[in-house]
Amino acid sequence: MRNEERLFNLLNGIVLTCILLAVLYPLIFVASASISDPLRVMRGEVLLWPKGITLEAYNRVFSNDEIWTGFRNTLLYASTGTLINLVMTILGAYPLSRAGLPGRKWVMMFLLVTMFFGGGIIPSYLVIKSLGLIDTYWVMVLPGAVSVYNLIVMRSFFENIPSELHEAAAIDGSSQTRLLMTIVLPLSIPILAVMVLFYGVGHWNAFFNGLIYLSDSDKYPLQLVIRQILINSQMQQMMDQSSESAATQLLMAESIKYALIIVTSLPVLLLYPLLQRYFVKGMMIGAIKG
Amino acid sequence: MLLPVMLYFLIFHYWPMYGVQIAFKRFSPAKGILGSDWVGFANFDRFFNSYYFNRLLINTVGINLYELAVAFPIPILLALMINEVRSARFKRTVQTVTYAPYFLSTVVLVGMLTVFLSPTTGVVNHILSWFRIEPISFMTEPSWFKTLFVGSNVWQTAGWGSIIYIAALTNIDPHLHESAMIDGATRMQRIRHINIPGILSTIMILFILQVGSMMSVGFEKVFLMQNELNREASDVFATYVYRSGILGAQYSFASAVGLFNSVVNLLLLLVVNRAARRISGNSLW
Repeated sequence: MRNEERLFNLLNGIVLTCILLAVLYPLIFVASASISDPLRVMRGEVLLWPKGITLEAYNRVFSNDEIWTGFRNTLLYASTGTLINLVMTILGAYPLSRAGLPGRKWVMMFLLVTMFFGGGIIPSYLVIKSLGLIDTYWVMVLPGAVSVYNLIVMRSFFENIPSELHEAAAIDGSSQTRLLMTIVLPLSIPILAVMVLFYGVGHWNAFFNGLIYLSDSDKYPLQLVIRQILINSQMQQMMDQSSESAATQLLMAESIKYALIIVTSLPVLLLYPLLQRYFVKGMMIGAIKG
Repeated sequence: MLLPVMLYFLIFHYWPMYGVQIAFKRFSPAKGILGSDWVGFANFDRFFNSYYFNRLLINTVGINLYELAVAFPIPILLALMINEVRSARFKRTVQTVTYAPYFLSTVVLVGMLTVFLSPTTGVVNHILSWFRIEPISFMTEPSWFKTLFVGSNVWQTAGWGSIIYIAALTNIDPHLHESAMIDGATRMQRIRHINIPGILSTIMILFILQVGSMMSVGFEKVFLMQNELNREASDVFATYVYRSGILGAQYSFASAVGLFNSVVNLLLLLVVNRAARRISGNSLW
C-alpha cells in the first residue's frame, strides 16, 4: 500500500516534469536564440543557453518604425476596446442577473443563438462595409464589443452576490444604477480583473479583423505587422542593404524573428500569472453555470 | 440598461443573419441585398459540383477527427494527473507553465513553427541531422500539415483546456475518496471509479461542442500556416470563403459556402446533443 502510493507519486511527478519541460523548452530556446550570436544559432550550437550574447536583433526591432506603429495602434485598440468590452458586458450582465427582469429568458435566448449560429464572414463584411467602418479605427473595437460567453460568466458572478444587499439598498431608495456603482461593482473586482485579462489579451493578439477590414498600413495592429516579418520574412527595411552581405542579412533575419517573438509576447506572459488566481475562479463559474 | 447590448447584437449578429439571404441571390452592390435577383440554390450547386468541394470537406473533417483523437483526450489526462499532485508548489508551477502558451498569439505560434522548422536554419532539422536525416521542409510539405497543426495546438492549448476538468475534479465530494480509502482502494482505483465518473458530464459537454464544430476549423491558424505548396492538405472551408469572398469579391457564392458550413455544424450539434442526452443524460440544454 505505502509502496504503491510512493511509486504512483514518483511516476506522476516524472511525467508531469517531462510535460513541463516540453512546454517550456520552445520558449527558452526562443529567448536564448534572440540574444545569441546568429551564426552560432545557425550552426546549431545554441540548444538551450545563449552563446555569444548580443542585443543586435533587439536593436533592429526597436529601431523599426512599422513595429512602433503596430505597438501604438495595438495599445490604442486594446485600451479603448477593453473599456468598451467592460462597459457593454456589465450593461448586459447586470440586468440579466436580476431575477425580476421581465422577459429575461427571451433576452438570454436572443444572445445564446448567436453562439451557435451566425451569418458568416461575408454577410458580416457587407454589414461593416455598409456602416462605413472599413479602414477606420472603430472596426478594430466595435464588431467584438461583447462576448456572450464572458457575459454569462459575469452574470453568474453577479447572481452570487447576496440578494439581501440589493433588498437593503432598495429599501434605502437607491436606484439600480447607484446600486450597481456602489455595491455590485466594488464586490466584483476579481471578475472584472479576469475580464480585463481575457478581452485585453484578445485585442493584443487580434489579427482577423485587421486582415479583413484594414488596408491602410498606418492603422495595422501589431499582429499584422509582425506577420509580415515572422511568417513572410519581409524585413528589408531592417537591413543595411549597402554594407551587409546577403548571408549576413539572412542570419540577422532569423535573429530578428526570435527577438520579435519575445518583444511581442513578453507583456502578456508577464501579466497573466499575476491574475491566474482570479481567472481560474472565473473559468470555474463559467464552467458550472454556462 | 440592456439597450446598447441588444443594439450591438442586432447590428453585428442579426443583421448579418438577415444578409445571409444573398447566398440564394446574385448579389450586386448596386441593387443591395433586397434588390438583388433570386437564383435559388444555384450558388450551392456550383459549390457542391466544384473541384474544391471534396478537398475542403476531407481536409476540414480530417483535421477535426485528428483533433478529436489526439487533442481532445490530452487535457483530460493532464487534469487527472495535476489533480493527484500533493505538493501545492509543484502543482502551481505545472499549471502556470502549461497555461502560458495559450496567451501567445496565433501569429507568434506560427512564427515559432516557421523558425523552428526551417529546412536551412531551424533547430529541428539541426537535431535531425545528428541522426543523418536529410532536412525536411515541414511547412511546405502537405503530408506534414495536419500533424503540425494538431501538434502545435496540443502544445498551446492542452494546459488551458485542463482548467475546466480541474474545476470539475475539485467539485467531487471528498467523502467519496475517504470511504474508498477506508475500503482499501488504491490511487488508480480511485481515479478510475471516482474521478473519471465525476468529470464524465463535463467531458460529454465538451465532446458535444467539439463534434458540433466538426465542419469548421478556425480560420486564423490555417490561414497563417497555409502556402501555395501545402494547400492541397491545408485548404478548409473558412480559407476558401476568404479567398473567394473577400479576395475574389464573389459575395453570394462565398456566403453560400459559409451558410452550408454553419448549417451543417448546427445540425451536427443538435444531433450529437440529442444522442448524448439519450445515452448519458448529459446535454447542453
